Amino acid sequence: MTGATRTPDGRETAELLALYEEMAVIRRTEKAAHDLFLSGLVKGTTHLAAGHEAVAVGAGAALRDDDYVFATYRGHHHALARGATPEECLAELMSRASGLCGAKGGSMHLTKASGNMLGSYAIVGAHLPMAVGAAWSARLRGTRQIAVAFFGDGATNIGAFHEALNLAAVWKLPVLFVCENNLYMEYTPIADVTAVANPAADRAPAYGIPGETVDGNDVVAVREAVARLAGRARAGDGPGLLEARTYRHYGHSRADPATYRPAEEVERWLKHDPLDVARGRLAGLGVPAETVTAADARAEAVVQAAVEAAKKAPAPDPREALTDVWADGGARWRT
Amino acid sequence: MADVITYRQAVAEGIAREMRRDPAVVCLGEDIGAAGGVFRTTAGLHEEFGPGRVWDTPISEQAIVGAAMGAAMTGMRPVAEIMFSDFLACCWDYLANEIPKVRYMTGGQVTVPLVVRTANGGGLGFGAQHSQATENWALTVPGLKIAAPATPADVTGMMAAAIRSDDPVVFFEHKGLFATKGPPAPPDHVVELGHAAVVREGDDVTLVALASMVPLALTAAERLAEEGIDAEVIDLRCLVPLDAMTVLGSLAKTSRLVTVEENPYQGGWGGTLVSIVADEGFGLLDAPVRRVAAACVPLPFADVLEAEVIPSVDKVVAKVRDLTAY
Ligand SMILES: Cc1ncc(C[n+]2csc(CCOP(=O)(O)OP(=O)(O)O)c2C)c(N)n1
Repeated sequence: MTGATRTPDGRETAELLALYEEMAVIRRTEKAAHDLFLSGLVKGTTHLAAGHEAVAVGAGAALRDDDYVFATYRGHHHALARGATPEECLAELMSRASGLCGAKGGSMHLTKASGNMLGSYAIVGAHLPMAVGAAWSARLRGTRQIAVAFFGDGATNIGAFHEALNLAAVWKLPVLFVCENNLYMEYTPIADVTAVANPAADRAPAYGIPGETVDGNDVVAVREAVARLAGRARAGDGPGLLEARTYRHYGHSRADPATYRPAEEVERWLKHDPLDVARGRLAGLGVPAETVTAADARAEAVVQAAVEAAKKAPAPDPREALTDVWADGGARWRT
Repeated sequence: MADVITYRQAVAEGIAREMRRDPAVVCLGEDIGAAGGVFRTTAGLHEEFGPGRVWDTPISEQAIVGAAMGAAMTGMRPVAEIMFSDFLACCWDYLANEIPKVRYMTGGQVTVPLVVRTANGGGLGFGAQHSQATENWALTVPGLKIAAPATPADVTGMMAAAIRSDDPVVFFEHKGLFATKGPPAPPDHVVELGHAAVVREGDDVTLVALASMVPLALTAAERLAEEGIDAEVIDLRCLVPLDAMTVLGSLAKTSRLVTVEENPYQGGWGGTLVSIVADEGFGLLDAPVRRVAAACVPLPFADVLEAEVIPSVDKVVAKVRDLTAY
């Protein structure tokens, strides 16, 4: 790893620096997505995950490459953390043929199947049972893979959440439920519509699943918590649930200015930015500021190049609209 | 092998054949294991394949179909049972939004080879929430294949095609046919999806039917024959892929069309079929098309009321008689 500093704990330093750089790439990709949206180059909507980076990156660091990941419409960070490039993602958002899903998915459906990132789903909670099924499949095939579903606090009040937890628990499946609790559904505080303090973690025990909370803005804390739960799941001890407390920097979607959030709350959370938390940890390990700045510069360059490349990419061939419905590649439904 | 088999036995036989052939085939659903299914359509599977291949689930339709989807995306060929087709509404998100769209919206990255089996249809006095013919719900969604066999041999042969299909298939088993008997499917019998069967040849009118409406249309055809009207009966067998060519081919001979549907007229598959005929086969017709379908009311409980709502032999005969006089 370039830029890694030799310290008594050199390995941890190199790893943390890599995680930092990954988060820096995601942050800048989200900023680019936001700017491209405002300049009219991204249509539809986006749900940016800036502020949530430590969850995707920390969890990713604790998973095997062949583990399965399922995400929500707020899933840019998960696609990137599982190997999608900023260029593929931005090209998808910009409706280019080179997009991750050939521009058939868009921001809400980023999917990198070759990285076992099996999709971003726009129906709240729908993918939790799918992750249970992927974990079931891993067990049937004896692969010791696990499946992870990332979801929001709002999803905990959807029926599929409860059905998925119960089925995972009774079948003792290797699946992790990771809630990114950013305190809000769309515009409504989760606390206004949920009677328990931790909407995910407090409910897990009712299904016989251990429910934990973690500082979702601390990439190391997330990595450690996920590693522990993943280890249990892989060993056959059944599902786990982790509720990561985090905060989104942008509004819910599009150009939502999120004025419904109290200024002090926003300020408090912005001070606890996952990139700053990681920087603090790096400083604590004795990593010089220039090393971190160099990582920022590399991230900046990667995303800049991605934006330029995506802008130059062509639109999809309109005929692509009639492909990929069926496994034969086509869309024919009658003779 | 016995020389006759019931439709319900043909379901279990069809699944068992594929489970023997392919270890990726697994079953999940409520009461399908040791209990053998509330309609006994999974009888014997648990004994033969054990709990590692035949999984009893909680009453969680979303989890059943959602988990089947996740398993299908990751290398398995799950066969999920939804006990009554009415309950498909509980997992409608998976049938309408998730399963049929994931391949398309990921640009072809993910394939979902699963079968959702369900007991469909009325005629048994189960009331409005256990009697619906719901195949039209699925027909409105691009990306689902829809099978609805009428005979035991077709059940087994179409089950083989459905389970082997790399596309998701909703497999409608008809409650009213479970006890019916017929010759068993020969070994390795596969009925490719999307091929209708001409089950009775005739020159005067084409009756197109599905599932339990097939024997009903055949009975009507026998009655009509006594009046000198020679009806051709087509068992559509699948709604997607839809074998419109066989229907158009039959019309070239008979020039008259009647669809016989158990589902409500409103939004029924017959509407789609006759629109294709109007588009592509108008010149083949010597008379208007007619549709026999259920009334647009919830299915009532009492026999006399239910019979009033869903198609009957008399209704089909009357409609055809009118049409041949046109
Ligand atoms: C079933 C369903 N209901 C409503 C919506 C509309 N919707 C989209 S995002 C959202 C809020 C979800 O909040 P949360 O689960 O906390 O996730 P976050 O957006 O905070 O990441 C809602 C209500 C939806 N997409 N799906």
